[in-house]
Amino acid sequence: MRPAAKTGAEDSRATSATPDVQGPPATQENLLLRLAVEHFLFEEAAHLDNWRLDEWLALFTEDARYVVPATDLPNGDPRRDLMLIDDDARRLRGRVARLKSRYAHREYPSSRTRRLITNIRLTRVEAHEIAVEASFVVYRSRAEAIAPYVGLYRYTLVRDDNSGFRIRHRRAELELERLSDHGAVSIIL
Amino acid sequence: MDLSELVIEDVEGGSFRVHRSVMTSSEIFTLEQERIFNRSWLYVGHASEVPRPGDFCRRMVAGRPLFMIHGRDGKVRIFINSCLHRGALVCRQDSGNAGSFVCFYHGWSYDDCGRLVGVPDPSGYVEDFGKTGRALIEPPHVDSYRGMYFVNFGSNASSLADFLGEARELIDLTMDSVEILGGWEIIKGTAKYNIRANWKLLLENSADNYHFHTTHKTFADYNANLRRQAGLDRPRINNIDDSRGLVFRHGHVAMLTRAEGRTIANPSPLWSREAIAATIKLRDELAERYGEARGHSMADHSRFLIVFPNLAFHDTQSGFKLRQWWPLAPDMMEVSQWELVPRRESESLARYRLEGSLTFQGPGGFGTPDDIEALESCQIGFRAHELAWSDVSRGMRREARSDDELTARGFWRQWHAMIQGRAGAERVTDLPVARPPAPAQRAS
Repeated sequence: MRPAAKTGAEDSRATSATPDVQGPPATQENLLLRLAVEHFLFEEAAHLDNWRLDEWLALFTEDARYVVPATDLPNGDPRRDLMLIDDDARRLRGRVARLKSRYAHREYPSSRTRRLITNIRLTRVEAHEIAVEASFVVYRSRAEAIAPYVGLYRYTLVRDDNSGFRIRHRRAELELERLSDHGAVSIIL
Repeated sequence: MDLSELVIEDVEGGSFRVHRSVMTSSEIFTLEQERIFNRSWLYVGHASEVPRPGDFCRRMVAGRPLFMIHGRDGKVRIFINSCLHRGALVCRQDSGNAGSFVCFYHGWSYDDCGRLVGVPDPSGYVEDFGKTGRALIEPPHVDSYRGMYFVNFGSNASSLADFLGEARELIDLTMDSVEILGGWEIIKGTAKYNIRANWKLLLENSADNYHFHTTHKTFADYNANLRRQAGLDRPRINNIDDSRGLVFRHGHVAMLTRAEGRTIANPSPLWSREAIAATIKLRDELAERYGEARGHSMADHSRFLIVFPNLAFHDTQSGFKLRQWWPLAPDMMEVSQWELVPRRESESLARYRLEGSLTFQGPGGFGTPDDIEALESCQIGFRAHELAWSDVSRGMRREARSDDELTARGFWRQWHAMIQGRAGAERVTDLPVARPPAPAQRAS
């Protein structure tokens, strides 16, 4: 399972190195594709905001990677730098199992979240794989505090057989100096 | 407020109580700045963060802006990050490499050794104003031990080596253990997070085995599940019989646990055969180089050391991390955590080190978020002043086990002495009074 790490890290480095990469042209085909991607991301967000974590987990490929870099190193490389989260599929399943347990104390009772996802850009379109960037704000409220997680998503999506998508790589780069009111990243970002 | 009544120890009665006002009072918060943080050796950074001449990094230490820089003369210095002129920050990036620092406000400039080397339009000043040995200010005391730089803002500080005292042995074990791998270096990326709780709660939490199986049940279950899938029994994590608590002079405390899953060097049965073989080889090399007792102690024990007052030195199955935390208010602290890795490491061991490192500790791990929840939960509980005392007595009436509160008491005794203006506690450990017979502690 672990070799999948390479794919994710290399993808992210490629996109980090060229942050202002010009996306594919705004052809009708690409605009329709963007709508399909938007639809997918909005459905994904709905799963997370409603704590449908098993349904969310099912969106990932078996070689998937879910990464949250440190706040002071948003372009960090999981192979050599400190990450807040660098899950392969196995640890991601463990994360979901943990969050569904009543013993994940930071999230029991569960926090309330609301995700705003916008500025969705296709940065690379290939026959089987699409690279996507999107801005996000995830509000988490619980225990007298509301904390907004602000940042940039980088996705690598693969097209599946049913004209939908699966997630191969999902990276949430926070535009925060530190986790101040947030304390932790106890939810899925 | 009677400071002598904040911590009450009754040895015969087996009680040790801490008054909860120490977690909520702004008077105590101010006294702590004055009597603890202004008089203790405080960690600033590690030499590996500034390896080349001109490398620098910034830190806030006891509320002061500092930066550490490797000068072109080869010396690492720590400066107060404030222009001699009017006070603006002269170093305005968290890290980088620079040959000089020009204050952006009026343009006074300093070289990499801190000397004032330029003042725009010097005709407005007395002759030779900029050439009379003016330099950025250094804290009154700066010293290093095994690559870790500390400062002390007090007027009559003892040496750093004396301050660390017996805790040096644990630091040495960790530092020596990596010599054959080229030494430790701090990697890029910092886990920075706040906890809405009093800073002393994280201290109590950082060398405490009692909370492990309740607070961290999901982590224990995750590991047990991995082992079950591999046909193994439940893991022996933080096993009480294989671990012990230690208290040292000057308020340093530690927990040692015999632990699997240490890439230096005690393998987990879940690892690949190649990684297990490499780790055993490393363990043998340590025994050969440092003698069996010391070499195996290096390899087998996770060391959860807390250097008073606010540095956790954790060389554990979750990797080697330094974690420091500062009180911002009675009910708020700011935490930073850095990760140290061997300079030379095989790919297979790097893989398992990363796995251990990411799974438990840190704000996105399976452990730390629940610690944060526990500490914040305590802080909310303290709002009810009717319940005035916290109980820290566990294990006072027996030969203390690792899941007893010996380590917390060691910290509190030092804290209590210092908050009353004394240099340190007269007695650091529990009194060896007549106790009921306890099962012999297993040597670890």
